[in-house]
Order: sequence, then C-alpha cells, then structure tokens
Amino acid sequence: MEADAAKLIGAGLATIALAGVGVGIGNIFGSFVSGALRNPAAAPKVFGNVLLGFALTEAIALFALLIALLLLFVF
Amino acid sequence: MAEGHSPLEQFLVKRIAEICIGGDDPNPGDGVFQCVGGLDASFTNASLFMLIAVALITIFLVFSMQGRSLIPTRWQSMAELSYEFIANMIRDNVGTEGKKYFPFIFSLFMFILFCNLIGMIPYTFTVTSHIIVTFALAFVVFIGVTIIGFVRHGTHYLRLFVPSGVPLPLLFLLVPIEVLSYLIRPVSLSVRLFANMTAGHTMLKVFGGFVVTLLGLLGGTAGLVGIGVVGSIAALAFTIALTGLEVGIALLQAYVFTILTCIYLNDAVHMHH
Repeated sequence: MEADAAKLIGAGLATIALAGVGVGIGNIFGSFVSGALRNPAAAPKVFGNVLLGFALTEAIALFALLIALLLLFVF
Repeated sequence: MAEGHSPLEQFLVKRIAEICIGGDDPNPGDGVFQCVGGLDASFTNASLFMLIAVALITIFLVFSMQGRSLIPTRWQSMAELSYEFIANMIRDNVGTEGKKYFPFIFSLFMFILFCNLIGMIPYTFTVTSHIIVTFALAFVVFIGVTIIGFVRHGTHYLRLFVPSGVPLPLLFLLVPIEVLSYLIRPVSLSVRLFANMTAGHTMLKVFGGFVVTLLGLLGGTAGLVGIGVVGSIAALAFTIALTGLEVGIALLQAYVFTILTCIYLNDAVHMHH
C-alpha cells in the first residue's frame, strides 16, 4: 500500500501552493485598500482590475487543487 | 463516506437518449449501452442543460425586449444592462475595431453565465464543470484570435512573439517563452473556469455532507448531541454562506473568461503592446 500512501502524501504536498496564493490574494486586496484610502475617488475605477487579479490568482490555487484531485482519483 | 454519496457524483454524465452513429452494440438487449466502432452521440444531461441554458437566454432576451419602450421596464433594463456591460468591455479593451466581434463575445458571456448560474440550482448539472466543454469554448477563442491576427497582419503577426528592445542573445530565451505562453492560453483559460466550478460545487457538497454527518450524532450521549446540534447549525450556516460565494464566483468567472477573450482579441487586432 506504499503507492496509496505516496498518493495521499503527494495530494497533501500539492496544497503547499496555497501559501503563495494566500500571499498573492492578500497582496492584491491589501494594495487595493491602501491605494483606495489614499485616493478614494479612483477606487471604483480599479475595482474591476482587482477582481480580475483576484480571479487570476485564485485560479493558481485551483490548478494546485486540480493536481491534488488528479493524484487522488486518476492514478 | 457512504457509497453513492461521493462529492464528485454530481458531475457524472448520464445518457438520456442513447444515440450511436455508425457503430453497433455487440450484445443488444443486455441493458448496457455500447457503441463499438462508431460515434457515441448520446443525448446526455450535459446536452440537456446546455439546451436549457440556450433556451433561457433566448427567452430572456426576446421577451424582455418585446416592449421596446423608451423608458425600459425592469426586464428590458436587465437585458440592456447585460448588452451595455459587454459593449463597454469590448470598447474599453479592444476599441472600435472590436465592435464586429460583439455578437460572439456576448453569446460567449451569456452562455457561460447561464450555465454557471443554472448549476447553482440544487439537483441540476453544471455544464461548465467539465473540462471538455470549457476547453472547447477556449479553443474556439484561441483559433479565432489566431486567425484574426494572421488575417489582419499577415506574417507580421509573428512579431507578437518578439519583444521589442531586447538584445539578441536574450531573444533566444524569450521567444520560446512567449510562444509557450501563447500556446498555453486555451489551457489556462479553460482550466480556470472548469476548476473554479468543480472546486466550488465539490466544496458545497462536502460541507452539506458535514451537516448530515453531524446530525447523525444526535442519537448519541448528551455531549454528542450538543456537538451535533451546534456543529450541524454551524455547518449549515457555512453552506449558506458558501452558496452566496459560489453565485459570486459564477458571475466573476463568466466576467473573467470574457475579459480575457477581449484582451487576447486586442493582442490580435492591435499587436503593439
């Protein structure tokens, strides 16, 4: 059953990617809030870009999830 | 987790009407559908929900625009809002040359949006949670954008892969990277939508499963009943909050898919960047 154990360990390791994504999403919204406090008038204009950046960063987390699911269910 | 209650069970494609083109069933009458040597073109629940999405979009747009009043009714202003949303997106990202691609991009947006939103209704099937569906959509965008680029710029379109103002030795490194990042576009575009939908629906099902599991504790001792009551209420509240998040994700992913299509189209139409 070493192969099964290796699968589970691999799927767990795949979630390490969440560290980077956490930094990324925090960075996006942190920068947005600090920018919006400095210049509140410009905040609504960039909110679309913030959401786009959030979705692109979140997708990276989901690529990691995909790897975890592939390891668990495909191999 | 009990058999038949896997969180991934909701993504199962089932045949509704069995259609086999060109092949045959080696042992008919055994109740198992097989299509040997032919094309399995069965009408599945995926096809059904795609048809439902298209029908709903058509009904929504046709009926809401029937009055055509100067002061829009609520339905008419919803249809106008969705039209203006995409029209503004194309104008901001592609410019006036992008106007002729509006019908395609609007259809793409509405189809993805309605497929995502229909998937949020319990016991329905989420078409966009299947990689082959999103990959087909992304691949159409990729092929279309590449053809538009070559038709408009000819072989000059290849300059997209050569960043300007870069010393020659670096180009040997940068051009393959640029080509790779161009070729990976349909994959990243489709995987983003598919993974968001799959992950969201799986997460909802897992948290819904927590409610059932914790309710199972109610038959136990006094301490377990306390955990069961508090835990199941907390899990149910979390599921409700996640449903709200997922509706947001459904809207956001339709938006992201469309705006990335616009950005790719802008690359093909204008090139300099």
